[in-house]
Amino acid sequence: MTFEQFIFYVLAGIAVISAFMVITVKNPVKAALWLVVAFIGTAAIWIMAQAEFLGLVLILVYVGAVMVLFLFVVMMLDINLAQLKEGFTKYLPIGAMASIATFAMMYMVLGPDHFGLEVTGAPVVHDADYNNTKAIAVPLYTTHAYAFILAAVLLLVGIVAAIALTLRHRPAGEVLYQNIDKQVKTQASDRLRIVKMDAVVEKPVAPKEEEDK
Amino acid sequence: MIALSDYLIFGAVLFSISMAGIFLNRKNVIVLLMAIELMLLAVNTNLVAFSHYLNDVTGQIFVFFILTVAAAEAAIGLAIIVLVFRNRKSINVDDLGSLKG
Repeated sequence: MTFEQFIFYVLAGIAVISAFMVITVKNPVKAALWLVVAFIGTAAIWIMAQAEFLGLVLILVYVGAVMVLFLFVVMMLDINLAQLKEGFTKYLPIGAMASIATFAMMYMVLGPDHFGLEVTGAPVVHDADYNNTKAIAVPLYTTHAYAFILAAVLLLVGIVAAIALTLRHRPAGEVLYQNIDKQVKTQASDRLRIVKMDAVVEKPVAPKEEEDK
Repeated sequence: MIALSDYLIFGAVLFSISMAGIFLNRKNVIVLLMAIELMLLAVNTNLVAFSHYLNDVTGQIFVFFILTVAAAEAAIGLAIIVLVFRNRKSINVDDLGSLKG
C-alpha cells in the first residue's frame, strides 16, 4: 500500500463512518454536524482526484451555506426527539437488506474486475502549473454557457420560490404594518381635532383675610 | 496509485448508506433531505473520478451544475418543511399522508 492509497483509505473511512452516523444519530443537529464531516472528507478525496476547484467549492458552498441552512431550520422547528426514532428497528432489516443488495450489484459492475488499474491504466498526472480552475472555466463559459445561464435562472427561481413559500402575511390588526405612502402624505387635520368651545372664566378667589375669619 | 474502482466503490458505499438512511428515518424529513444530499455527493464522486481517469473536464462541469441544482433543491425543500411544520406541528412522514398516494 502506497502512502497515497493510505491517505485515500483514511479519508474514505472518515467519510463513510460519518455518513453512517448521519443516518443513525438521534439528534438532527448532530446529524447535520456529522454531514459536515462527511462533506469535508469527500472534498479531500475530490482534491486527491485533481478536482481542486470542486473540492474547495464543496467546502465553501455545502459546509458554509447549505449546512448552516439545515442547522437554522432544525433550530427553528420544535421537534420532539423521542418520537423521531420510533420505528427505527422496525425498518432496520429491510433497509439493511436493500442497501446491501444495492451495494452488491454496484460492486459487481464497478469492482476491480472492470475498473481496476490493469483495465483502465494510470490516470494523467498534471504538472504543478496545471490550473484546474481555468480548465473548468474555459469550457464552462464557452461550450456550456447556455447551461450556465440556465443554472443562474434556476437559482433565481429557487430564491423566489423559497421566499414566497415561507413569507407569512398575518392579517392587519394582529400585527402593525408600516404604510410609507400614507405616513408621508398625512396632514395635521388627519391627526389633530380642534374643538370649538366657550371660554371658561374662573371665579375670582376670595381675599385671604376674609377666609381666616 | 489509486484505482478508479476505489473511487467508484467509495461512491457506491456512500450511496448505499444514504439509501439505508431513507429507509430507516421514517419520522424525520430533515434527515431524509440530508440522505438525499449524501446520495448526490456519491454520484458527484463518481463523476469526478471518471473525469480524472478520462482526462476530460466535462465531468467536473457536470458536478458544478449538480451542486447548483442540489443547493436550490435543499433551499426549497427546507422551505417546504418549515411550511409543513407551521401547518401540521409535525415533520413525521407518516403524518403527511393526506394525499393518500
